[in-house]
Amino acid sequence: MESLYIVSFFLNTKIGFFLATRQIKKASFWTTGLIVFVMVLTFLNLVVVSGILVGLIEGSIAAWHNQYTSDIMISNLDTKDYIENSPSIISTLKALPEVQYISARYAKGGTIEANYKTKKETDKPNTASAQIIGINPMAEDQITGLASHVAEGEYLTPTDYDKVLIGQFLLAQYLPVESPGFTTLKNVGVGTKIRMKVNGITREVVVKGILKSKVDNVSMGLYVVDSQVRELIGRQDNNVSQIAVKLKNGADVASVKNQLLLRGIDKQAKVQTYIDAQPKFLKDIIATFAILGNALSSIGLVVASITIFIVIFINALTRRKFIGILKGIGINGKAIEMSYIFQSIFYALLGSGIGLLVVYFALVPLFAAYPIDFPFSDGILVAPLVETLIRVGLLVFATLIAGYIPARMIVRKNTLDSILGRN
Amino acid sequence: MIIVKNLIKSFKDGQTETKVIKGIDLKVENGQFIAIMGRSGAGKSTLLYQMSLLDEPTSGEIIIDGKEAHTMTQDQKTQFRLLNCGYVFQDYALLPELTSLENVVLPLLMQKMDKKVAYAKAKEALEKIKLGHRLKNIPSQLSGGEQQRVSIARAIANHPKILFADEPTANLDNESSKIVMKFFLQLHKEGQTIIMVTHEEQYAKMAEKVIKIDDGKIVSIHSSTN
Repeated sequence: MESLYIVSFFLNTKIGFFLATRQIKKASFWTTGLIVFVMVLTFLNLVVVSGILVGLIEGSIAAWHNQYTSDIMISNLDTKDYIENSPSIISTLKALPEVQYISARYAKGGTIEANYKTKKETDKPNTASAQIIGINPMAEDQITGLASHVAEGEYLTPTDYDKVLIGQFLLAQYLPVESPGFTTLKNVGVGTKIRMKVNGITREVVVKGILKSKVDNVSMGLYVVDSQVRELIGRQDNNVSQIAVKLKNGADVASVKNQLLLRGIDKQAKVQTYIDAQPKFLKDIIATFAILGNALSSIGLVVASITIFIVIFINALTRRKFIGILKGIGINGKAIEMSYIFQSIFYALLGSGIGLLVVYFALVPLFAAYPIDFPFSDGILVAPLVETLIRVGLLVFATLIAGYIPARMIVRKNTLDSILGRN
Repeated sequence: MIIVKNLIKSFKDGQTETKVIKGIDLKVENGQFIAIMGRSGAGKSTLLYQMSLLDEPTSGEIIIDGKEAHTMTQDQKTQFRLLNCGYVFQDYALLPELTSLENVVLPLLMQKMDKKVAYAKAKEALEKIKLGHRLKNIPSQLSGGEQQRVSIARAIANHPKILFADEPTANLDNESSKIVMKFFLQLHKEGQTIIMVTHEEQYAKMAEKVIKIDDGKIVSIHSSTN
């Protein structure tokens, strides 16, 4: 009984394939083209919409990783504002073969003020709060490519005393938003003198460059050479607040972190990979966008199913007479249904195939070259091959079901009614 | 042998019920060539559809070679038609995307016949009906007469027990009609059972027996003079 069923299944599949290939070959080029075009759009809807949502966050994560934390971020414990034994930790890091570069930073909250010379007593002070970050310009550029984010003016050199790089979001011309408790400096550009107040000490500095970045910690920071910050905050012990560590290509971030933990560095500092160091809002957005992406994909899948259902239904309905003839001459209904399933699969595979080419050879490179300019990231298109292939599988499966149902509906109609076109 | 017992077929349209076949009894012996005649709307095609298991009678019995049609499921009827019946329709009923050869080979492949054997048989059937030179043509590239001959080749390729033909010459010119009828006669001589519906007396006369139907009832059965 079972073997009879298998034989009949293969026979129906064979006849179904025979019919489907002939129908596809003889179908109108424009009709097939239109169906395939709809399938391509459906596929793109499935992959690109969620891909951009993910890409938006991936762009943000990549920016956070590349421009701020690098691969491993060592920072002060919550109870201290510096990392104890920083020189020893830095020596340990330099001794690790996986480590390529490190950048030690001093970070301290402070205020900055502009137009203080022309200000009248009644005028509101032109001030803003900023994170004062002391860096070794060369080391920092090796790690984060900070120099490439200088939009106006020039990057710092190690001897640039009383010169600063200012983040764009501290300047009113780049962030013309004023909310309670958050102010920006007005009328400040490259060459403007501003006052920097940190640790109770005020110093007049010149803006050497303006930094443009979508990472808040960069765009809201005031970068000064490390020796000057060390002097201002009185850190003669060389203990820093952050150490960003860049590993050599191929090095395992988690394994390096474990090595550092084994050396007990976590007793003096927080040791985080770039993933651990992601801010909570980014993690929340990732989770939200994942849900949103799945919801949009599901809707896309339903739309695809309905589209192919309508296409196959109309196709089967217009061919009802021939379906009746096939049944009349003894062709099994299942073989006829199979022919529509094959046609659905053909449309889904061709649509997905073209969609894959469009995604990987056009859209991904295009978005990489011209990312979408979102306020907090440069949105790229993320389409991991495995996930995309899973979506192709889902699309083919949904299409298969959507093709089978209308074919079954038509095949089940009375044979003679179908032949004669009676309702 | 086909036995038809008290066959009734009616169609419902809302509250209205129209009886098209009003209790027909009939027996067709193996190898007979039967022509069913009648004016338009007499019920001759409806009778053919019931006898050929393409439609469900409202009541009555159809027994073909001892098998009672009303006990068969739809799938069993399809399988029965595949193995035992050949059909020739008025409008040829060929599949437009298939070539002549593919139209003929399709039911053979469905019979689990080996591909090579099936194609050889299909080719043989087409050659028998003088269409050996049109194997790769699709129906739209053939004349009406040629299409009907392909339809006949499809019907006889696997030597069915019964050949059902519904107005096979209605859409054909005189010349093509004569070719088709000549071929039917040749098949009949070879022992093929043929049940043909026609309204053309000249072709009905070629059959062994002519059954006249009017208003859903058999009004006369007589042997042909030919």
